[in-house]
Amino acid sequence: MPRRGRTLTIVALLALLAAVPPLAALAGQPFYLDLFRRVMIFAIAALSLNFILGYGGMVSFGHAAYLGIGAYAVGILAYHGVHDGFAQFALAIGASALVALVIGAISIRTSGLYFIMITLAFTQMLFYLGISLEEYGGDDGMRLAGRSVFAGLLDLRDPMPFYYFVFAILVACLYLVHRLVNSRFGMVLRASKSNEGRTRSIGFSPYPYRLAAFVIAGAMCGVAGALFVNQTAYLTPAFMSWTRSGEIMFMVILGGMSTLIGPVLGAAGLLLLEDLLQGWTEHWQIILGPILVLVVLFAKRGLAGLLPGGGRDE
Amino acid sequence: MSETLLAVEDLYKAFGALKATDHVTLEVRAGETHAIIGPNGAGKTTLISQLSGTLRPDSGRIRFGGEDITRLSAPARSHKGLARSFQITSIYRDFSALDNVALAVQAHAGHSFRFWRDARGDARLRDPARAILDEVGLGARAGVLAANLAHGEQRQLEVAMVLATRPRLMLLDEPVAGMGVEESQRMVQFLARFKGRQTIVLVEHDMDAVFSLADRISVLVYGRVIATGTPAEIRANPEVRNAYLGEEA
Repeated sequence: MPRRGRTLTIVALLALLAAVPPLAALAGQPFYLDLFRRVMIFAIAALSLNFILGYGGMVSFGHAAYLGIGAYAVGILAYHGVHDGFAQFALAIGASALVALVIGAISIRTSGLYFIMITLAFTQMLFYLGISLEEYGGDDGMRLAGRSVFAGLLDLRDPMPFYYFVFAILVACLYLVHRLVNSRFGMVLRASKSNEGRTRSIGFSPYPYRLAAFVIAGAMCGVAGALFVNQTAYLTPAFMSWTRSGEIMFMVILGGMSTLIGPVLGAAGLLLLEDLLQGWTEHWQIILGPILVLVVLFAKRGLAGLLPGGGRDE
Repeated sequence: MSETLLAVEDLYKAFGALKATDHVTLEVRAGETHAIIGPNGAGKTTLISQLSGTLRPDSGRIRFGGEDITRLSAPARSHKGLARSFQITSIYRDFSALDNVALAVQAHAGHSFRFWRDARGDARLRDPARAILDEVGLGARAGVLAANLAHGEQRQLEVAMVLATRPRLMLLDEPVAGMGVEESQRMVQFLARFKGRQTIVLVEHDMDAVFSLADRISVLVYGRVIATGTPAEIRANPEVRNAYLGEEA
């Protein structure tokens, strides 16, 4: 069974991520802590997009919206002196779920190119809303007034606990997506992607299931946004730009759509390659572009397809 | 035998100037196999699509079990007991045969907002699905990816999915389309097992299949029903011979 190989691959990858802080400390390179924390945050965002894109067939081209909402939820509360992580993350989850409900309720009635365009349009609206918020820095954005504090438990100002906090959330999200896609709910979602006409004629209305998945994905990406603003300690409407949405989607495709581990590999692949090339030359994008094109062309199932048992779910 | 299960009343559907369904009226009795035949472009699939709810008629009514279902969606009709197979095999190619049937079982096992338990480990879905696969003769192929099944097996799988919804009426759109002689004979034998037990509306091009399966036949030409009757009556009908059978049979 490829399942066994897949589980081993995931465990090995997570073990590597867990080993980054001691290794970085040993090598005297705290910078890597920062880099891999960033990788994991984007892995969570890509994981949430893959849930609706890879398993649900919903090509949302506005997923950065929830990254932005999560970030603004934390940033705005911190600006008004609320540093309590529980309140901040609850608002991030609640607000992004609510926005996903509104955007999803409208956009899921369409499909194909229209769906892509509507999700993009909504995200552009939020982007311009961010720019118009003069109080919170407008176009330039603003510094995060202070990182989240989970009283008595955790303070995200400490790099190491922050790292393991992101790691724990990533593991939880991986497990959650794994359970979801294999549940009855997930089977309907995947069936609707595989063959919508058949799904309707055996008696399922795909709409409510798709909408629920869209809201779950939005909330999950909202958490990634709340983590991201703690990472950057800065917040700008650019979190919600369409290029950011494209980047997250690219991570999903690069890593391997409809695979559990793919988004993690995609986020790591893109961000690490970017970092590596930036060290070599300032024209790194000229090299990055062709490499990405080659991977997409020749590794049809993405990076996950290259690993043992990492291919598509059966 | 004489109770009407499905009644189509003055159904009309046009695509621009083309009258695909031209004031069709017909009755399907409970327990019968009712074939709808007609030359290419007669509007057979258009009619089936209106019966199953994937197309909306311009006017007219469809009653099922005495209830007006003209405005119901395809999923809603499935829950009333209407199930359909497609002319071009419609299955989940990237799922196993067992998954395909289990999904059809699941669709009729309450809502699916169940987020946690593994659906593939759920005996309430897998056991009935396995039984139906055995019934259609695909028991040994349960774990095979649907895309890797032979063409005939895929068609059987689709019928298995139709059966899994426990329908009161099966709408089969050209079940032997694209099959070789031997394969289509096997399919006809397979469908013959449901005669009398199931009410079936059979759209078919293959006259051998139609005359060996149907209790009654309606002939559709240019969107209009020109005759309805037993196979013997249809064979003897001069208008039918003229319009259709004369050319082919």
